[in-house]
Amino acid sequence: MSNMKPSRRQVLGGALLATGLAGRAARGARPVVRIGVLGDQSGPYREIAGPGAVACVRQAVAEFGSRDFDIEILVADHQNKPDVGVGIARQWFDRDGVDMVTDLTNSAVALAVAQVAHAKNKVAVAAATGTTEITGRQCSANALHWSYDVYMLARSTALQVVKSGGRNWYFVAADYVFGRQLQGESAATVAANGGKVLGTSFYPFPGTTEFSSFLLAAQSSGADVIGLANAGADLVNSLKQAHEFGLSRRMHLASLSGFICDVNAVGLEVAQGLNLTASFYWDLNERTRAMTTRVRPTMPNHAPPTMAQAGTYSGTLHYLKTVAAMGLPAARDGAATVERMKATPCDDDAFGSFRLRADGRVLVPAYLFRVKSPAESQGPWDYYTKLATTPADEAAPPLGRGCVLVKE
Amino acid sequence: MTSSASTTLAVARSSPATVFGYTPVQAIALAVMVALVAFTPSVLYPVFLMKVLCFAMFACAFNLLIGYVGLLSFGHAAFFGMGSYVTAWTAKNWGLSAELAILLGGVTGAGIGVVFGWLAIRRLGIYFAMITLALAQMVYFVCLEAPFTGGEDGIQQVPRAKLLGFISMQSDMAMYWLVAGLFLFFFLLIHRIVHSPFGQVLKAVRENEPRATSLGYRTNDYKLIAFIISSFIAGIAGGTKALVFGIATLTDVHFSMSGEVVLMVLLGGLGTVFGPVVGALVVTAMENYLAQFGAWVTVTQGAIFVVCVLAFRRGIIGEIGARLKLAL
Repeated sequence: MSNMKPSRRQVLGGALLATGLAGRAARGARPVVRIGVLGDQSGPYREIAGPGAVACVRQAVAEFGSRDFDIEILVADHQNKPDVGVGIARQWFDRDGVDMVTDLTNSAVALAVAQVAHAKNKVAVAAATGTTEITGRQCSANALHWSYDVYMLARSTALQVVKSGGRNWYFVAADYVFGRQLQGESAATVAANGGKVLGTSFYPFPGTTEFSSFLLAAQSSGADVIGLANAGADLVNSLKQAHEFGLSRRMHLASLSGFICDVNAVGLEVAQGLNLTASFYWDLNERTRAMTTRVRPTMPNHAPPTMAQAGTYSGTLHYLKTVAAMGLPAARDGAATVERMKATPCDDDAFGSFRLRADGRVLVPAYLFRVKSPAESQGPWDYYTKLATTPADEAAPPLGRGCVLVKE
Repeated sequence: MTSSASTTLAVARSSPATVFGYTPVQAIALAVMVALVAFTPSVLYPVFLMKVLCFAMFACAFNLLIGYVGLLSFGHAAFFGMGSYVTAWTAKNWGLSAELAILLGGVTGAGIGVVFGWLAIRRLGIYFAMITLALAQMVYFVCLEAPFTGGEDGIQQVPRAKLLGFISMQSDMAMYWLVAGLFLFFFLLIHRIVHSPFGQVLKAVRENEPRATSLGYRTNDYKLIAFIISSFIAGIAGGTKALVFGIATLTDVHFSMSGEVVLMVLLGGLGTVFGPVVGALVVTAMENYLAQFGAWVTVTQGAIFVVCVLAFRRGIIGEIGARLKLAL
């Protein structure tokens, strides 16, 4: 080494390294809480949660504001493959220091990731998950279930439609666990409240695109209400075909699992008169409107949040408040954090004041809506009229159901 | 590491002839692969590597069929998925030890393989592919409807059963060594089969079936046996994956899984020794490391496959081998 003068590259490299280290040190001084948003960014559930859920989580973090810890958000697409979801979740927990995972669209992914969260003692907030298993036989001390489940959707719709006079039902149901569960739950509710189930058509899933024979069977049965126990593309197709047959003029259509993005997809002309249930609608009250106004600029296509997306907002906010209340070293214990979250009453603009139950289920009321006609609608996304409210403890599935957290 | 060292030594002595069916270059590549399998878990995340190895096993099984017998099956997800369901179910409900549960997964794969193979090998080319696809779709519908699979929720909370009933598999590294051992065993087994007299007949069938028949071989029997071996290993791969992740779901039996394994083998190099392993690594890594870019996963995958088909048709390993004039 005769020439001791450092080269330009060395100086630059050193400078970069130094700034990098300085940045690390500065960040190292403040502890970091990491939130992972694991959802479907590219598949069939993209509209229900997807990028909108990420925007809602960011909104929650922004509203929570600055405390004595930093917050990082990680995003990943599980591609609706449970092994990909589990792989990412394990890597997040083991290597990237993630403390809480939310979104969790797709039941199989949600149940599997909740299991990983339990094994690693982290927190899982399922906000876009239909299955009731997550608060039933497969419940754990590390998982919470926000927004909705199939029980709530089926029960609230069936109960309120029967109460309002739609007594004779015919079900068109997708023949797989989800469809059968929706149909079973609503049929039981109809029967228990003085209604009658005149018949049910189970159609093969997936792959059915032609619903006319089932819809005509429903029409000739003499029922007042057709219950559609399906979701997504199937729901859209069956609604369109029911509209073509003019069924919506003669009978009530009730979707047992419909989202506002489905209504937006088919349009008001086709969807008008449809009955469906949600626990969140952007135009429900002053607070939901305020929350929607804040989050809409960052939402994809500036759409208002669905109930699943609102759930990720609400779940993240409650989690962060709890972490702040517990203090950071203590809040690294996932089970303790979940325990504290259950013990603390929740309050936010999306769902108002509510609380969490021992099995991890959120207790929020379910609202039955009727889709407006194009003439009634005042503007974009003005889609729903509220018909009835099912109180929170009636809308949630019964406590217990094999959950070990519930003392019999 | 002793085994790989001795192979390299043996190669040095008897070069350029083949040792255990390996050319010197292949032996070196094998040593590199064994070294990678042994040392990467200290760098990369072991659960990710286990997934790669499970898919590598699956792709090698598939390559045995398409690369050496020339049969393009579009139904391999059925063996993989049913293997995964049976392993998960027996480990969870019967409390079987890891090796028995995985073995049962393999046997299930082979059992379905007997039926599929017996029906499908009567036809060639596109008809063979269509029959396997149709049968696999039937298996998918059974899995969707049957109560024991849990429908779209899948079988969850599968315990990582103890190996031989007493070695705990709870730590990721313990599980990793089991998966690595299984992978290497089946990798070497497939190579052994391909280079046996039986394998020579398979290649003869691939090159010219009427001629193999005229030499007195019952080609259908050979094809069926190869099909069953392939489905057995596919079942083992599925079962192993179920224990690694603790779940068995519809993804494993869905026809897109059959497509994925075709892509792995095509991307790595059809009929090459190491191609399926590289293909499995590339596809799994894309799934894993592109996940943070959201919708770009599928777009990037698509772009890479288009580039692959246009620019290097022999696959990654096939193309490298052709450039260097080596059989890899």
